[in-house]
Amino acid sequence: MTISEKQAALVDEFAFFDDWMDKYNHIIEMGKSLTPLNDEDKQEDLLVQGCQSKVWLKAEKQGDAVKFWADADAIIAKGIVAMLIDIFDEQPAVEIAQAELGFIEEIGLKDHLSPTRANGLMSMIKQMKIYALAFA
Amino acid sequence: MAYDIDYIRSQFPILDQEVHGRTLVYLDNAATAQKPKAVVDAISHYYYNDNANVHRGVHTLSQRATDAMEAVREQVREHICARESAEIIFTRGITDSINTVAFGMGALIKPHQNVVITALEHHSNIVPWQMLCERTGATLRYIPINEKGELVLHSLEEIIDEHTAMVAFNHISNSLGTINPVGTILARAKAVGAWSLVDGAQSGPHAKVDVQEWDVDFFTLASHKMYGPTGLGVLYGKRERLEALPPYQGGGEMIATVTLEKSTYAEIPHKFEAGTPHIEGVIGFGAALTFINSIGIEAIAEHEAELLDYATESLSSIEGFRIIGTADHKASVLSFLVDGTHPYDLGVLLDQQGIAVRTGQHCTQPIMDQFCIAGTARASFAMYNTKKEIDLLKAALERAINMLR
Repeated sequence: MTISEKQAALVDEFAFFDDWMDKYNHIIEMGKSLTPLNDEDKQEDLLVQGCQSKVWLKAEKQGDAVKFWADADAIIAKGIVAMLIDIFDEQPAVEIAQAELGFIEEIGLKDHLSPTRANGLMSMIKQMKIYALAFA
Repeated sequence: MAYDIDYIRSQFPILDQEVHGRTLVYLDNAATAQKPKAVVDAISHYYYNDNANVHRGVHTLSQRATDAMEAVREQVREHICARESAEIIFTRGITDSINTVAFGMGALIKPHQNVVITALEHHSNIVPWQMLCERTGATLRYIPINEKGELVLHSLEEIIDEHTAMVAFNHISNSLGTINPVGTILARAKAVGAWSLVDGAQSGPHAKVDVQEWDVDFFTLASHKMYGPTGLGVLYGKRERLEALPPYQGGGEMIATVTLEKSTYAEIPHKFEAGTPHIEGVIGFGAALTFINSIGIEAIAEHEAELLDYATESLSSIEGFRIIGTADHKASVLSFLVDGTHPYDLGVLLDQQGIAVRTGQHCTQPIMDQFCIAGTARASFAMYNTKKEIDLLKAALERAINMLR
């Protein structure tokens, strides 16, 4: 699937829930099922700047594509980074760098995150795009 | 007189609303308290009728605005039992009050002297003193805390010694709720001739304070934590201390004479009130004090103590619930963690259920470091909170924990 198709699938998934507590539950489940990083990978230099909780993001160039791993000490942050990994993982670096992420608005996530947490989300996206640009 | 909670709640229109489709439960009062109608009305009344700059106009509006502001100064004096209203300085807030003293002391303190604070302070009562010490070469010392979040006083006589210039500490901790033994610490400060400052950020809304009985040199209040407007604080200082302290900021209002070569400063309190003051803030604060007194600070404190006991007992039955800060004497603040959950996650899921708590370090990073935690969730109570709201908090917390574990 392309990045746009991945986004559309995620929007469909969330449309299934009416209540925001249920949507959050889904984010939490995504966080729980994200493969955690090894403790030795949780280094300062992998920390995403600008998040209230600790979020580690690791990336590797695999041919034209980028492979991502992430972890966080808070589960909602981990769920959010899991959503981003779902969309960006193993996609072409060039596509990641240019991607427009409409799903955040479409799901309504933006209105349900406090400003500091919305900034954290933006920082995660920025960090993933920086990796992609470096690998492109 | 019975505590009329329905009347009190009716005075705070903001409480009557839904957040994310649920009834709002506001439990972030240690950050800022909501404002009663009387405060909002006083501000409106001022702008509709009396607005003018103070202390300089001869016209009627200016005189009215000046009288209104000075009447509040007198009200604050009475509220904290100061000797004279000239000892009441209006500032921008606690941070500004403490900086005023710390800056002024730069001209008075010697490099071999020390400043004593505690390990229980918020950043506003740490950083100004660190800056003072960096500027002057003086040393900063800390009174440590124990695992309950109480000050450890057995080495007080070594920490506060004959070289101590200032002892500054809070009456009630904002992050843990600990009520500190003000008298014991002030007695030691006085015995060595040190100046003293008590930060009343959290005591203002919860406790009766008598600055003469304490015999403290400086005391601070924040209007917005006492149901008044933001952007206004109080610095109380004994006349002789305020007269000895050089002014922090220069400008209008704080001068006696200005020539191009040299200016002389006005008498206190104006010496410390450079520029046009926060007039409507002062007037709103006056209305807040009147409102607090109409309920009675003792009655409020009693109500909040009951809420704290109820919440402590009720929430402790949740599996893995852990209170950070278990001092014997506490006020109005419940800082907690729940095993297997992160406080940020709890904060988000409580907010989704209409409940406002604070999560994080509460501007007290050193305390969090001492407990080796990244932060806590904190529920803090005010005059308008109810046991029913604590039941809602508990139910919401249980639902959140179920989702997170």
